[in-house]
Amino acid sequence: MAGAGGGGCPAGGNDLQWCFSQVKGAIDEDVAEADIISTVEFNYSGDLLATGDKGGRVVIFQREQENKGRPHSRGEYNVYSTFQSHEPEFDYLKSLEIEEKINKIRWLPQQNAAHFLLSTNDKTIKLWKISERDKRAEGYNLKDEDGRLRDPFRITALRVPILKPMDLMVEASPRRIFANAHTYHINSISVNSDHETYLSADDLRINLWHLEITDRSFNIVDIKPVNMEELTEVITAAEFHPHQCNVFVYSSSKGTIRLCDMRSSALCDRHAKFFEEPEDPSSRSFFSEIISSISDVKFSHSGRYMMTRDYLSVKVWDLNMESRPVETHQVHEYLRSKLCSLYENDCIFDKFECCWSGSDSAIMTGSYNNFFRMFDRNTRRDVTLEASRENSKPRASLKPRKVCTGGKRKKDEISVDSLDFNKKILHTAWHPAENIIAVAATNNLYIFQDKLN
Amino acid sequence: MQDAKSRFSISREGTVSRKGARKCPPASGPGFQAQTLYFTPGPGAAAAADAPRGPQALLQPPCLPVFWDDIFRRPPERVTEAFTLFCLKDLSQERACGWLKVVGMRQGTMFARGLKRKSAEDGEDVEGGLAGTQATPSYSLQRQSLLDMSLVKLQLCHMLVEPNLCRSVLIANTVRQIQEEMTQDGTWRVLAPQAAGRAPLDRLVSTEILCRSVREQEGERPAADVGDGRTPGLVPGLSAVPSAQALRSPQSSLWEVDSSRENRGGFQKSLDQIFETLESKTPGSVEELFSDVDSSYYDLDAVLTGMVGSTQSGHGSGLQAFTAAATPPPGSSCRSDLGELDHAVEILVET
Repeated sequence: MAGAGGGGCPAGGNDLQWCFSQVKGAIDEDVAEADIISTVEFNYSGDLLATGDKGGRVVIFQREQENKGRPHSRGEYNVYSTFQSHEPEFDYLKSLEIEEKINKIRWLPQQNAAHFLLSTNDKTIKLWKISERDKRAEGYNLKDEDGRLRDPFRITALRVPILKPMDLMVEASPRRIFANAHTYHINSISVNSDHETYLSADDLRINLWHLEITDRSFNIVDIKPVNMEELTEVITAAEFHPHQCNVFVYSSSKGTIRLCDMRSSALCDRHAKFFEEPEDPSSRSFFSEIISSISDVKFSHSGRYMMTRDYLSVKVWDLNMESRPVETHQVHEYLRSKLCSLYENDCIFDKFECCWSGSDSAIMTGSYNNFFRMFDRNTRRDVTLEASRENSKPRASLKPRKVCTGGKRKKDEISVDSLDFNKKILHTAWHPAENIIAVAATNNLYIFQDKLN
Repeated sequence: MQDAKSRFSISREGTVSRKGARKCPPASGPGFQAQTLYFTPGPGAAAAADAPRGPQALLQPPCLPVFWDDIFRRPPERVTEAFTLFCLKDLSQERACGWLKVVGMRQGTMFARGLKRKSAEDGEDVEGGLAGTQATPSYSLQRQSLLDMSLVKLQLCHMLVEPNLCRSVLIANTVRQIQEEMTQDGTWRVLAPQAAGRAPLDRLVSTEILCRSVREQEGERPAADVGDGRTPGLVPGLSAVPSAQALRSPQSSLWEVDSSRENRGGFQKSLDQIFETLESKTPGSVEELFSDVDSSYYDLDAVLTGMVGSTQSGHGSGLQAFTAAATPPPGSSCRSDLGELDHAVEILVET
């Protein structure tokens, strides 16, 4: 199995071989702006996979139950529910449009038959309830089957309505709308381990909400300077610790991470821990600060580590060591010499996300040309894979890709100048328990699984 | 340029050919290799030998850096993975007298996007630099180009519906970094007042031209008493903005941070000029400024080169001349009207 990939380095524990499972989305070359996927998230069990797009829609896929007749095919993900989460709005006070693009989706842990998720655009967070209905009541006394009210004087007998099965209907309804708490653009939401509160972070502030209360939120971090002229740093991402409900972290545009403890004070402007790697003076350039800006921060499932993504690398930090990361993985170091061009075409401001595998043994992040990278923390091996329609045959193994940085280009390698910078993989997600990954490539969602050994 | 293009054909390989064209030996400049130089007189054009700075000058060292600057001020005719193609023009900038095909441009030189020379006094410096290492003029040109590009990006930031704060802050920090370094180098110079009024046509246009034209218009411009004396012209004409609130935006730090340094004048003025266009009486020209900023940014040079030294009847004339340089406005499709733009600018000065 390991050699089947043509000599590439398998990633994930135990010599995983990734293969294509499904792709969702239109095939057209012309991509409608509204269809561009802007967030991807598995729920806690991994049975549901939610995507949000720039048009404000949420599409939820559900994994089919495994079919005993086809034991080798794992459950496929099919559309479960689609709904319009956010609409474009107009802020009349500032004469500005508020984009309906879904910035983040976060699931709540399941507590009953219904599923709950939080979805947010730049300004408003909404709690959605997704519930199934597969039964219908028939035989009402006061109304006919078609809904018309019956004349009460005509009713001579009473009957008990009976439940009859119907085609499964999945309904999504907004249960809470958390609005008007953010002046700047929301970049992160994170559900607390107490399952009662969550945080929302914008460029300068972080607010703490209770899921039941929509008209009030607590501001727990505020880095807005008194004089806006002195603003040099913004918040780029924030997340609650997976187990300690009083701990959260937030990252900044200067490449620093602050860990805060909500028990110490109401306003967590003073951090409990400050994570920053000292800069390498030999690689200093005008772009050093921009590429050090952290675009995503994620705790490991264990809660012992956290991972940050900056423009060129992924770093794993031990929460007990603030001075430097314990691991640094280069995502696309070959872009370092292209930074000026990437600054010019704005690609340098792209915000890539990163994710952990269920066991924390591997991490994954996206790159350009529809490439994504996986790093196995145990074997220290990494691999570059591509999400493309060409490799879309069912259960076809993904061939590792290589970018040639100079000199002679070998066969099957791709040169840096041939990379398509419009095809960027910013959003990826890893199933919480199994080796199934979801990769968003512009308007298409690719699902890959490991080959069953 | 349209006219010049039609006289030439570009083959599949990207080489330019025309009957009578002749190849020149390769030449090199800071940071790249010019592979082939074609030149040919256009029909009816003066012979290349007559032009004081014809293509032959390319090959002579003293003129080399100057002429490269001239070429690379303009956006290239064509950019492919393998090469970049520039159009060489004669002195009046009306006729193409050749093509320059450049390969192996080092990423980060930014020459492909055109750049401005920082100051006209570089004539001697460049020669000296050429005699020494090639790296120094290249680095400062690169840095200047990066500064120009960053300013353009900030300008675009302001005109977006809701600017991305993270991006604005990062770009502003980059600009500040460059500024600091240039101040330490001593290359950040304030304009000499006596420079105003001169109209040397062979002088390369840089941001100082923008400043010069603004200064000449100062007499007619309404004295906007916004903020303290150090940043008078930041948002001229927006009566809705109280003076205390004048500089409440991340970009304003660009102007406040170096207040102790004496050299802010030129930098500030060029940004003032950008904001001035928001007051424009002709919405179309403003639309042009921000919808097509790359080419119009450089066309501005050509317009102002001719404008400098001529009498100004009011700052409106400067903008009208600018409109003339830009392509005709979209007309009915021009969505943004002054009211919305005022709002957008107000947003960038409010907290």
